[in-house]
Amino acid sequence: MIYAHIMAGGIGKRMGNIPLPKQYLTLGNKPIIVHTVEKFVLNSDFNLIIVSTPENWINYTIEIFEKNNLTDERIRIIAGGDERNDTLSKAIQYISDTNGIFDDDVIVAHDAVRPFLTKKIIDDNIKASKNFSAIDTVIPAYDTIVKGDGNEVHEIPVRDIMYQGQTPQTFNIKKFQECFKKLSDSERLTLSDSCKIMLLGGERVGMVEGDSSNIKITTPYDLKIANSIIEYGHTAQ
Amino acid sequence: MLNKIYRLVAPRQFEPFIIEEKICEDTVIVRPTFLSICHADQRYYTGSRDKAVLRKKLPMALIHEGIGEVVKDYSGQFSSGERVIIVPNTPMESDKIIAENYLSSSLFRSSGYDGLMQEYVFARSDRLVRVLDNVPSNVAAYTELISVSFHSIKRLKRVMNSDQEIFGIWGDGNLGYITANLLKGLFPHSKLYVFGKNEDKLNFFSFADKVFTIDEIPDDLMISQAFECVGGSGSYFAIQQIIKHIKPQGSIAIMGVSENPVEINTRMVLEKGLTISGTSRSSALDFQETIDFLSTHSIERKRFENLVGIESKINNINDLHDFFEAEFANTWGKAIMEWNL
Repeated sequence: MIYAHIMAGGIGKRMGNIPLPKQYLTLGNKPIIVHTVEKFVLNSDFNLIIVSTPENWINYTIEIFEKNNLTDERIRIIAGGDERNDTLSKAIQYISDTNGIFDDDVIVAHDAVRPFLTKKIIDDNIKASKNFSAIDTVIPAYDTIVKGDGNEVHEIPVRDIMYQGQTPQTFNIKKFQECFKKLSDSERLTLSDSCKIMLLGGERVGMVEGDSSNIKITTPYDLKIANSIIEYGHTAQ
Repeated sequence: MLNKIYRLVAPRQFEPFIIEEKICEDTVIVRPTFLSICHADQRYYTGSRDKAVLRKKLPMALIHEGIGEVVKDYSGQFSSGERVIIVPNTPMESDKIIAENYLSSSLFRSSGYDGLMQEYVFARSDRLVRVLDNVPSNVAAYTELISVSFHSIKRLKRVMNSDQEIFGIWGDGNLGYITANLLKGLFPHSKLYVFGKNEDKLNFFSFADKVFTIDEIPDDLMISQAFECVGGSGSYFAIQQIIKHIKPQGSIAIMGVSENPVEINTRMVLEKGLTISGTSRSSALDFQETIDFLSTHSIERKRFENLVGIESKINNINDLHDFFEAEFANTWGKAIMEWNL
């Protein structure tokens, strides 16, 4: 089975002093998270669409989904964890409790604050999951990537082989569980990227082309850009 | 709901736009799957339309011939996964006399209103026609053009006299082929004469009773009714020849689009008592009847499959440019995109 997982576990520390967690801020005419989940609802490949939010915001999420007519029997809203990997693990636990986990089960995990993802990106992730244990959605690094400590440059890698990671990230659930088990407690705390867990576990991770518009809305500046991207209406005149 | 659309912003320049779509109880969300290109799209792409027109119409998503799969239906009339044709003509009012495809208030996709080059098309339920199972997607993709021809034949039938002996078709391109093929199916006992410029193209019309190059038409040849499928500057010469070779009180259906006004020998039109009708757009009903025709006429359906020349998968904007350029250089057949954007 194929599961979608929309991760909205965080409360947006980088957005500054705002009344709502970033995923609930308004983009166009709706909360960001509504736009994001709508993209998954249009894909019939998913058996469940799991939305992880902070525990205190579960009811709020249910209410705004209803208010925006976002109704789909596959949607489940559950509590996320403290860190990204905890949120993913909790979603996997939910699947395990609900349907059990089978060898071919795949989870497509996506940031709630990337509402501009496309059907093509979702489809490409699902397609690539047939050949890889995990998939990372990436775009080529247009800027030069510099490695350093903030004070001094240590290395400037060749840009042609540098990519920027986006989401969705897609995992074979069983293999993710196996790799996650191998990590030490400190590794679990520090590893913010789930694909890295798969790499450290010795699994092959595939790449799927993302999109420069698939931005992550984490700062007020991002939200301003995101709002300015959106247009309304189809008539040219 | 957010939707990504690919608009032509200037000749040979596509850019993605993100639109927040409105959804109402009659909205059906369709994922485009197979799209076909028409001369009008190519004229926008190459910038061969008048500059003022381009300024007014662009940015705009091109393509008005295509099918898709229903992904979500708020109207309760379609199931997910159903193949549907998206009817480009979108009436904004109804009129007791004037048909929806002739109302000046109607919107038309890829002509002032975004066409089908979109991640999803948010359509009104009355603008969708189911594709029957035995109609292949690459043919269904260009139903629009077939339906225009179908509509034109219907209109001619309404006004023409009872002489169905010989139908003459001027034009050896896609529209001429489509019209000839439909006539063969709809009037199996009539003779079909096709008049064209290019012998190689005329060879495709194996089912026609006779083909003629336009500079070798016998002086005494007469036809019962005629279709003009030429367009552009050639329309003038085609209409002139039709008027010469059509029997008195015959009817002429004009379908070739021309950017400039075309002179017509009205003296002979009056003398022969000819009837002229014109058509470039079709209604949802014409689409339905065309799909029914395609489903029930297997020989004609095969011929429409043979008309598909270029078939390309579109995975990115560069693929789009390659497709438009390849179609521009192509001399025969319909070009179809398998849409993955």
